[in-house]
Amino acid sequence: MATAQVEEKYNFEVVRWFTVAAVIYLVVGTLVGVYIASELAWPVLNFDIAELTFGRLRPLHTNAVIFAFGGCTLMATAFYSVQRTCGVPLWSNGLAWFTFWGWNLIIVAAVITLPLGITQGKEYAELEWPIDLAIAVVWLAYSINFFMTMMKRKTSHIYVSNWFFLGMMVMITYLHVVNSLAIPVGLFKSYSVFSGVQDAMIQWWWGHNAVGFYLTAGFLGIMYYFVPKQANRPVFSYRLSVIHFWALMFGYVWLGAHHLQYTALPDWTGSLGAAVSLAMIIPSWGGAVNGMMTLSGAWDKLRTDYILRFLIMSLAFYAMSVFEGPVMSVKTVNALSHYTDWTIGHVHSGALGWVAMVAAGGLYHMVERLWNTRMYSSSLVNMHFWMATIGTVIYITAMWVSGIMQGLMWRDYDAFGTLTYTFAESVAAMHPYYAMRAIGGLIYWAGGAVMLYNVVMTIRTASSRPAVTAATANA
Amino acid sequence: MADKIYSTKLQDKVERSGIVMLLMLMVLLSVGGLVEIVPLFYLDDTMEHNKHPEILWQRKAGQSLDDWKAGDGVRPYKPLELMGRMVFIREGCYLCHSQMIRPFRDEKERYGHYSLASESMYDHPFQWGSKRTGPDLARVGGKYSDAWHVRHLRAPRSVVPESVMPNYPWLDKNTVDADETVATMKAMKMVGVPYTDEDFASAAASVNGKTEMEAVVAYLQVLGTMVRFDNSVDYRE
Repeated sequence: MATAQVEEKYNFEVVRWFTVAAVIYLVVGTLVGVYIASELAWPVLNFDIAELTFGRLRPLHTNAVIFAFGGCTLMATAFYSVQRTCGVPLWSNGLAWFTFWGWNLIIVAAVITLPLGITQGKEYAELEWPIDLAIAVVWLAYSINFFMTMMKRKTSHIYVSNWFFLGMMVMITYLHVVNSLAIPVGLFKSYSVFSGVQDAMIQWWWGHNAVGFYLTAGFLGIMYYFVPKQANRPVFSYRLSVIHFWALMFGYVWLGAHHLQYTALPDWTGSLGAAVSLAMIIPSWGGAVNGMMTLSGAWDKLRTDYILRFLIMSLAFYAMSVFEGPVMSVKTVNALSHYTDWTIGHVHSGALGWVAMVAAGGLYHMVERLWNTRMYSSSLVNMHFWMATIGTVIYITAMWVSGIMQGLMWRDYDAFGTLTYTFAESVAAMHPYYAMRAIGGLIYWAGGAVMLYNVVMTIRTASSRPAVTAATANA
Repeated sequence: MADKIYSTKLQDKVERSGIVMLLMLMVLLSVGGLVEIVPLFYLDDTMEHNKHPEILWQRKAGQSLDDWKAGDGVRPYKPLELMGRMVFIREGCYLCHSQMIRPFRDEKERYGHYSLASESMYDHPFQWGSKRTGPDLARVGGKYSDAWHVRHLRAPRSVVPESVMPNYPWLDKNTVDADETVATMKAMKMVGVPYTDEDFASAAASVNGKTEMEAVVAYLQVLGTMVRFDNSVDYRE
């Protein structure tokens, strides 16, 4: 099919905007991350300015990378792949544009309110109630549009990537609505209707599933479309995808309780969360194996195809962090790791290594097809790949060392049976690792900046360079 | 080809129908949350005060919050403490300070008795935290003087050289708003915190002219001081 026909058949303009927005937010979100990481190494960077302090910028960092970068990536990839796998244009182009502008307006509102200290005080759900309402509306617009597009598909069966996107959409709707229930006091302040232990469980049911569905199920949807496409091979095992899909959907929901081991949450809840967490290694690895083995017989492509490198490396990080997570949920390990930087390291091996790398692979793949050209520079793609990989490794290594060190220092006793270290001594011991983490993050950020440059140059020069062959455009 | 079944009949049916897939997902995805969350609202074992009523302050008719003394049991926050808590949330303190002590030897020595669920029953939202870049604050009340806290909040490194905490000089400049205090207390009452009309009536006077610094210090000084623990009792059995 020629390019012009593809263009007529599908609504790609909104996908283009989401794609560019995602790359911009990758750079912005990780920059804020580098800044707050530096504040922990060099507190003078707080500058006595309220809006720049760690406590106010940290929610901005998490919201920017999860909802701005992650959200735009999910919206771009879901809208792109649902059209191609169903063989029909989006159900409503107008609703898609509403989603784009609505989501970006929400991001602007977050950028303004979070540094001002306007917050509900629940991690990853800080945004105040008017913004929460807007998120619910835009999220439903996105989900309904996706679902209706799927409903009028030309194919008999629904393709596997769409199962994952749909699961994410349902679960995030549940989570967002329940966790955000609050009583407003004025336009900028509200208080959770839940308190104490129930609020804690609901928060971590939200917190872990924001990871489990938004950043895992959704990005597995990306993996299931873009890995086979980029490798030009069918998915390794259909059966494996069926089993690991349903196991993941049913099981992931239970994991939140493992964030509250040994707290005032009843023991049965935390233990149940940990037991299911351990079982989740199997379906999680099912997904990783299915993605990697899709390359069987075509491993040589990794030598020349840098976009494919991103996709495969992301699965390696995915496999590693979904092993690490269940290990950390075991009570004896959790007793050491909880409250330490190990948690931060674990999150970032997933976020930098898996989420952002698979996203980069998908985004590069789409840029080439959406603008009907090759990347401006494939060596810059390769450079980004290595910066992302090295940055991630430095980051998570620093956090492993600092996290385990913190845990050991806090519980260490001397020969007289008294605590060996004061808390302040453990803070001082973290300095080199906090500096190292900031450097790892900076390298990762710079990789994102290289990607933004490469994408911008690709778009600017797309019309003046030879188009890709029709066969590839159709792929 | 399109009629061939590659898996089971059920899976094939699900894959051919968006509605069936949606409904199956809606049911499956709700199970875990329902099983883990709903019982916490009705199982008596969840909150320790069901077994040990002395954990809660038994407020008699006509008593004001000022009649409470440390150790009398969990009570709603006084107006100034409540507004200090709002500053604590606004500044994102929970991102580096937990308020949840676990039942370990080292945590007992470093921070005090392990935390109870009942101790945070009036906390909307909860502030257990997930990270200790700084120390746990669940029982920081009474450990340092008010003057130490003020100095520490203005310039942490002047009292703890190793600290990486930001300075909070603006807390001295901002004052607590009386109307907002009453509105906040009324919102808390709507979600179940037992404030009385007398508490509302006296709230404005108790925060009048106070700075956010005074409010935060009042909040920090009450943390963990509400319950008098009996070391022979296992509250979590």
